[in-house]
Amino acid sequence: MKTTLQKEAPRKAERAPAEEFISPEVNICETKDGYVLEAEMPGVNKGGLEITLANNELTIIGRRSNETVSGALLFRERSVAHFRRVFELDPAIDAGRINAKVNQGVLTLTLPKSEQVKPRKIAVGD
Amino acid sequence: MKLIQYQRPELAWPGFGRLSNLRDELDRLFESPWTELARASQLLSGWTPALDVYEDKENFIVKAELPGMKKEEIDVSLHADSLSISGERQGETKAEDGELCRAERFFGRFQRTVTLPVPVAADKVKAQYQDGILTITLPKTEEAKPKQIGISVN
Repeated sequence: MKTTLQKEAPRKAERAPAEEFISPEVNICETKDGYVLEAEMPGVNKGGLEITLANNELTIIGRRSNETVSGALLFRERSVAHFRRVFELDPAIDAGRINAKVNQGVLTLTLPKSEQVKPRKIAVGD
Repeated sequence: MKLIQYQRPELAWPGFGRLSNLRDELDRLFESPWTELARASQLLSGWTPALDVYEDKENFIVKAELPGMKKEEIDVSLHADSLSISGERQGETKAEDGELCRAERFFGRFQRTVTLPVPVAADKVKAQYQDGILTITLPKTEEAKPKQIGISVN
């Protein structure tokens, strides 16, 4: 039987507070060439964006840049949570040509379809 | 339509090590129905951008979330003690030959008005627009600033 008391302090159960995320509002538009996705992420600039693609899953994470405002809060409606949303990609999208830009808190992703799935006119021979 | 959202971020749940945050969680619990309600009310009234108001000794600071606008589309005006932010957001992507599959963003007109508790110096108000956030700094008038009163000892 083990009698010695545990001398080491038990591992602290404390963890870093989990990051909180809210889902950004998006508009997705399909054209014949691909998709255009616009996500609203106010307070997020280029440095706070993390876009990853794995197993046909597109994950968009936008972290708000730190705003330091002095003074007491009188009224609050804005959320402080970061943004995160996951999308399943159409296999027709050419992952290598995905383009992202962010302008005034709106992320625009251009997801072109690969050439072989684009509709093509077939000429009828005589 | 294959580009489908299938996962929403999971709700934060108080973990065992985070009992101290229980209060925050409870606050959030009561807050969320209102947030949802605010979202729902947008469906009827159009776009209601969220805003925060801060106060320090010298200024009021108003921050409004207006993502994806042009500086020229935002109108800020001050009438006596009420600050009004209005504008119209134009759609960036027009569905020309494509079909719009999913539309969650609001476009069109909005207006928000904030009533300030003390007078501000209208000629010193500054507005800045960055990363989709409009920050308006409204300095209080000299008369409205808190004053320290010295105590004399005899």
